[in-house]
Amino acid sequence: MSTLDQTAARRRAFTPNWPARLFFLAFAIYLVYAASRLGFNLERMSYGLEHGQRFLARMFPPSFARSELIISGIVESLQIAIIASFFGIVLALPVGFLAARNLMPVWITWPMRAFVALCRSFHPIIVAIIFVKAIGFGALAGVMALIVASVGFISKLFAEAIEEISLKQVEAVRATGAGFFAVLVMGVLPQVLPRFIGFSTYQLDSNLRNSTMVGIVGGGGIGATLFTAYQRFDFDVVLAILIVIVGMIMVAEIVSGWARRVFQ
Amino acid sequence: MLTPATANDVTDKGDAAGDALVLRHLSKEYRAGVPVLKDINLEIPGSGLTAIIGPSGTGKSTLIRCINRLVQPTSGEILYGGQDLAKLGGAAMREARRRIGMVFQEYNLVERLTVMENLLCGRLGYVSAWRVWLRRFPQRDIDHAFSLLEAVGLAGFENRRADALSGGQRQRVGIARAVMQEPKIILADEPTSSLDPKTSVEIMELLRNLGAERNIPVVVNIHNVELARRFATRIVGMTGGRVVYDGSPGDLTDKDLNTIYGGENWLE
Repeated sequence: MSTLDQTAARRRAFTPNWPARLFFLAFAIYLVYAASRLGFNLERMSYGLEHGQRFLARMFPPSFARSELIISGIVESLQIAIIASFFGIVLALPVGFLAARNLMPVWITWPMRAFVALCRSFHPIIVAIIFVKAIGFGALAGVMALIVASVGFISKLFAEAIEEISLKQVEAVRATGAGFFAVLVMGVLPQVLPRFIGFSTYQLDSNLRNSTMVGIVGGGGIGATLFTAYQRFDFDVVLAILIVIVGMIMVAEIVSGWARRVFQ
Repeated sequence: MLTPATANDVTDKGDAAGDALVLRHLSKEYRAGVPVLKDINLEIPGSGLTAIIGPSGTGKSTLIRCINRLVQPTSGEILYGGQDLAKLGGAAMREARRRIGMVFQEYNLVERLTVMENLLCGRLGYVSAWRVWLRRFPQRDIDHAFSLLEAVGLAGFENRRADALSGGQRQRVGIARAVMQEPKIILADEPTSSLDPKTSVEIMELLRNLGAERNIPVVVNIHNVELARRFATRIVGMTGGRVVYDGSPGDLTDKDLNTIYGGENWLE
């Protein structure tokens, strides 16, 4: 049955993907190289663990002695996050529409996509530093930084969601003689609204976390308190603040879950 | 944004008997030098059901979409109600579109909207975007929608979401949406191709009856020759982007079908 063997050999069900294999090999080599360059080894890790043990020991028990300071900080963080999310979402809606290539001509989408890319280029902390330098210390700088981050994130994903909609539904709405805005309201928005809500609640979540951080660079909120506590080696206060932050994020998780269910 | 014309203005434009739709030298090339429609000359009278039959890819959908300008014709005229639809743009084109109802092969309902909202989509050419956003449609439109739901056999379905309906139910909503426009003509692009045989017959009956009751001419693209014979008052056969048959269903012979579809054996 040599002919059968021959055809079996020739007919391979799965052809090997040599470029992919080469890529993974190169990646593995780079991983080993990079780890050796950074001193990422067992010796360094065991030293680090010892250090960590001492650090953890000083954290317990958490100290809520300065709870007034912690509460006012966390309240400010919450305000920063909610205000930034609101304006970020409101701005991201038109920006996302204008950046969708299946709805808008290229001379609108191109600058819009460039603007979105610019918003996304920098970490919120870097944007916060810029705003602190530009408009001074305080919550306003933090709010502005997080608005930029929100617009960047939501409008990019929103534009992509719009580009994936079913154009058949849009065509049918257009065929009724509907104008541009009526097509948006009845043909486009119903298809993307649940995803927009999803992105927005995710961004609110993300803003809550980031709002605890912008304070480190002077953008207001609990971050400043946290940073001071670190610098004064008040690790028990640090732990207290961290616990409060975790609590806030968990509550936010539950609330955004409700929001998503309300809007399906 | 929309010119606030009342329904009466629209009714005045075409007379009760219904205008004829005249296509003159209509051609369409999606890519230069590759015509899909070649010099179509056709007159569709102001009443009755015209079926357009022909093999897939022969330009039936393109022809129908040229009429309401979802597709831009390359050359030729579309004369209707004293206008050349091929030359309209902007607000004038939208105003022409709202007098032309369209029914789609895959229903093309807005899936996440309710049946009522989909029906009211038929009024988008008449109602301002702001009122649409707030869902403040005129009571007259809402009453009309309820009576149409009953007419298409979907009474009580108004709050169901379109994606919860079966194919036949969706197409009924699609037809009701087209009739909501109070159109002067209805175009249907393969309205039965996604449906089972029994539902297909029901949908064709619905199209014919609604058209006859309201004196709206209906143009249907259809694959199924039997359905075309049964429901049409006139059959147009197309092949290769040209009209090769135009006559009554009774006169359509096997020889004509061979000219339209090519080959012979499939008729056995």
